[in-house]
Amino acid sequence: MIKLEIFLQTLIQGLLLGGLYSLIGVGMTIIMGVMKIINLAHGELMMVAMYIAYVLFTAFQIDPYFSILIAAPVLFFLGIALQKYLINPVLRVEAIIPENQVILTVGIGMVLANLATIIFQSDYRQTPLSYASKTWYLQDYWKSSPVDLSITAPWLVTFLVAVLITLGLWFFLARTDMGKSIRATAQDSEAAMIMGVNVDRMRVITFGLGSALVGAAGCLFIPIYYIYPDIGGQFTLISFVITILGGLGSTVGAILGGLVLGLFESLTATYVGMGWAPVGRFAIFVAALVFLPGGMASLLKSKRMK
Amino acid sequence: MLEIRNMDVFYGDVQVIWDVSFQVKPREVTALIGTNGAGKSTTLKTIAGLLRPSNGGIFFNAEDLSTVPAFQRIDRGMVLCPEARRLFIEMTVEENLDMGSLRGRAKQQRRQTKDMVYELFPRLKERRRQIAGTLSGGEQQMAAIGRGLMSLPQLMMFDEPSLGLAPILVREIFEVIRKIQADGTTVLIVEQNVKQTLAIADRAYVLEHGRLVMQGRGQDLLNDPHVKSAYLGM
Ligand SMILES: Nc1ncnc2c1ncn2[C@@H]1O[C@H](COP(=O)(O)OP(=O)(O)OP(=O)(O)O)[C@@H](O)[C@H]1O
Ligand SMILES: [Mg+2]
Repeated sequence: MIKLEIFLQTLIQGLLLGGLYSLIGVGMTIIMGVMKIINLAHGELMMVAMYIAYVLFTAFQIDPYFSILIAAPVLFFLGIALQKYLINPVLRVEAIIPENQVILTVGIGMVLANLATIIFQSDYRQTPLSYASKTWYLQDYWKSSPVDLSITAPWLVTFLVAVLITLGLWFFLARTDMGKSIRATAQDSEAAMIMGVNVDRMRVITFGLGSALVGAAGCLFIPIYYIYPDIGGQFTLISFVITILGGLGSTVGAILGGLVLGLFESLTATYVGMGWAPVGRFAIFVAALVFLPGGMASLLKSKRMK
Repeated sequence: MLEIRNMDVFYGDVQVIWDVSFQVKPREVTALIGTNGAGKSTTLKTIAGLLRPSNGGIFFNAEDLSTVPAFQRIDRGMVLCPEARRLFIEMTVEENLDMGSLRGRAKQQRRQTKDMVYELFPRLKERRRQIAGTLSGGEQQMAAIGRGLMSLPQLMMFDEPSLGLAPILVREIFEVIRKIQADGTTVLIVEQNVKQTLAIADRAYVLEHGRLVMQGRGQDLLNDPHVKSAYLGM
């Protein structure tokens, strides 16, 4: 019984983590789809949002969940500025290194991480929230439950908000003209142009949107984690894995990829050992490259064919 | 309606269009014919704004288009059904049609125009929720034409609409183009199916190695000895 309980608890934890991962990965994925570049400053942008939320909390006692309303717009405009004034000019020049925009994003990430170190030192920081350790137990609600499962308030709220934002994004991309224009730009930018899509503007907006999404994810992370200036790197890696896992540019693929990664990491942490989660991450990354080069998206497609 | 004046177009350092001038008159079908690599697609892409002429001008309804970016040209009333269709292959048929009506009046009348397109192509209506990439070649061409029609164009440009289609579908596509013209839309068409194209063309231009070498009424070119031997294999 204990075994089953641990297993179920691990799945729940993985799902909760996966929901957040989906949100982190989907931002990088839409940027990848529209711009055809991997934004390797993605995690650092998340870190910026985390510090925004942290400062808002320590200075004004604003709850991190509410900080989304501030941090996401700030990140939106930060993303727009980066794309317009740094990445776009580099996209236009012919360079010796073909992927120089990607290298530029690495540089942007480093600058952001170093700025954070200068401003906040490399201390680990946390926002002590009143509800941080509030936990709900299944057996409190269902006395005769054979297993007792628990869920903590911040994890649950974080998951629900992440799902809500992801659904909002899906609605935007699927149902609105601007969302369709963004997808059209990703699929065939010339054809989009002929149809009246201001492709350059869509690229800028997409970069802003991707940054805002990961910014929101940053705020959602604050209540369940601590922050330090170099935290971005690991999330860049995570979103990269999710983007690959999802099939480079497929939004639905990224959402599934995030869930799979969350579950997998959680299982590794339980059954192999806490410190092994990153190893599991790499394992799944390599496995995806070798066995599923088209990512989740290719699975979805082959299913659709049948 | 459309006037091209002394246009030169380059890809990098390579010139592919040399001093090309021609006109498209309102409500007519104008055809541009030529062998592979003559520069037909390049000409249409330049008119659509995807390429910039290094010399010469493009005038649409007397407006100089040199400062009008590609994405605004659809507002002016022109639309290109590009070579190889270029549908948004991961979107549904209906979403592709929506993409043709993003702006202005076309957007306001989206619903009515869509009904009209579905009437013209009942097949598209049946398949409106299907992903465009999974359509057959003929259906894809219908979707591409439908997408163009959604913009309520005054001038519709077709780049090899019959490419890769079975003869019976070719005939159907040509009939549709004829219908579009009969409804008052001006047509500029590029085709390899020279015979059928000249048959519906009011006016035709022959492009060879990036230069215009001949022009005339469609019927006259059909009977021209050079056209006969070079394009009709007679
Ligand atoms: N993107 C490009 N870069 C460089 N050269 C190009 C490019 N596109 C076309 N060309 C060249 O320009 C010339 C004209 O090409 P274009 O596609 O306009 O011909 P076309 O008349 O449409 O031929 P087809 O009937 O085969 O479609 C060709 O020599 C082609 O190789
Ligand atoms: Mg061509």
